[in-house]
Amino acid sequence: MSPTYSEESRELAFQEAIDSDRTVEPRDWMPERYRSTMIRQIAQHAHSEIIGMQPEGNWITRAPSLRRKAILLAKVQDEAGHGLYLYAAAETLGVERRELTDLLIAGRQKYSSIFNYPTLTWADVGAIGWLVDGAAITNQLALTKTSYGPYARAMVRICREESFHQRQGFELLAELSRGTKAQHEMAQDAVNRWWWPSLMMFGPPDTESPNTAQSMAWKIKRVSNDDLRQRFVDMTVPQAQALRLELPDPDLRWNEARGHFDFGPIDWEEFRQVVGGHGPCNQQRISVRRAADEEGAWVREAARAWEGRQQSRTSAA
Amino acid sequence: MGRPPAEPDVGCLSESDDWPLWEVFLRGRRGLAHQHVGSLHAPDPELALQNARDLYTRRGEGVSIWVVRSTEVHASDPDDQGPLFDPPADKAYRHPTFYKVPEDLQL
Ligand SMILES: [Fe+2]
Ligand SMILES: [Fe+2]
Repeated sequence: MSPTYSEESRELAFQEAIDSDRTVEPRDWMPERYRSTMIRQIAQHAHSEIIGMQPEGNWITRAPSLRRKAILLAKVQDEAGHGLYLYAAAETLGVERRELTDLLIAGRQKYSSIFNYPTLTWADVGAIGWLVDGAAITNQLALTKTSYGPYARAMVRICREESFHQRQGFELLAELSRGTKAQHEMAQDAVNRWWWPSLMMFGPPDTESPNTAQSMAWKIKRVSNDDLRQRFVDMTVPQAQALRLELPDPDLRWNEARGHFDFGPIDWEEFRQVVGGHGPCNQQRISVRRAADEEGAWVREAARAWEGRQQSRTSAA
Repeated sequence: MGRPPAEPDVGCLSESDDWPLWEVFLRGRRGLAHQHVGSLHAPDPELALQNARDLYTRRGEGVSIWVVRSTEVHASDPDDQGPLFDPPADKAYRHPTFYKVPEDLQL
């Protein structure tokens, strides 16, 4: 902590450490902007896991079999766990989970816009597992190499747990797709509704993503939005064929020259609307989260009071 | 948000109305030492253990859990890394490879 180092030289040393792939750990010196970017990104990721429990949780009581109910319960419980790992990672940067929850409920921090879409049928549970978790895995695999240690470690743990999420969704859709005509149509309808929002999960195109350059330099982000999106499309097209389901994009075709699938234009106006709070379920998601927080307050208080009582008993004895 | 960062891998140490923070250590299987896996909030040791069970061992990752209040962890300063950990660098004779022995002997 020598005071002779100027801010500038510390920042240079920080960048050099990053360039040589040194992981940043909680008590290391870091530029304030690195810290605040990291807090914002981890918090947003944590909020997404927590809010993401709602659309699927909506179907737990109506799962069509005990097997499916057990699977869905386990998946939603995993998402809660992911949220908690991530809040813990954010807390190593000097914020408290409480502050982050307050910011979420006040609408001052975001979560992934995908969770503002409704789950209308049982097939949506399959489409979310297959497409939404599939997209999340693509993104999270890249983040296992992010420069901030606690975030990277949380990602490793999360990725290990995610693969069953995608598989159960795929299996669910495969069953529906090969079922009755009505079941097949239900599966196709779910894919039609979730495909484009899933592509939007990777964020705006690189040309309109002003923070990408700095995040790449700091190795917070390791792969650009468009590259991740392309990875996801390339991975998903053959899976859709195996499912015998169509992806709702007439422009989707293999491009021999690029060695990738081409796909049609994304409706970024819809994305801006949903991010801006005007998606189908934005209000509902936040009000459910707020209610859970308020209705749980007495439990948190009671547990604290009980612990206080135990403490005073031990010290009296 | 400008508070100084906490211990290595250990969450924020100041406590609001949220439950206090605990560090969680897991023994993966018998024969291994406990290893730090993360942290969580809980009002007391019993609930910290239960929460750790739910949060960190959903797939049989452990056979034993330790929880320690985060405020009880004391850590070395990362800026002291050089003075603390560099001295052994010039003590190559602490390693077996420092010594020349006949190659055909098991030594
Ligand atoms: Fe997750
Ligand atoms: Fe997931």
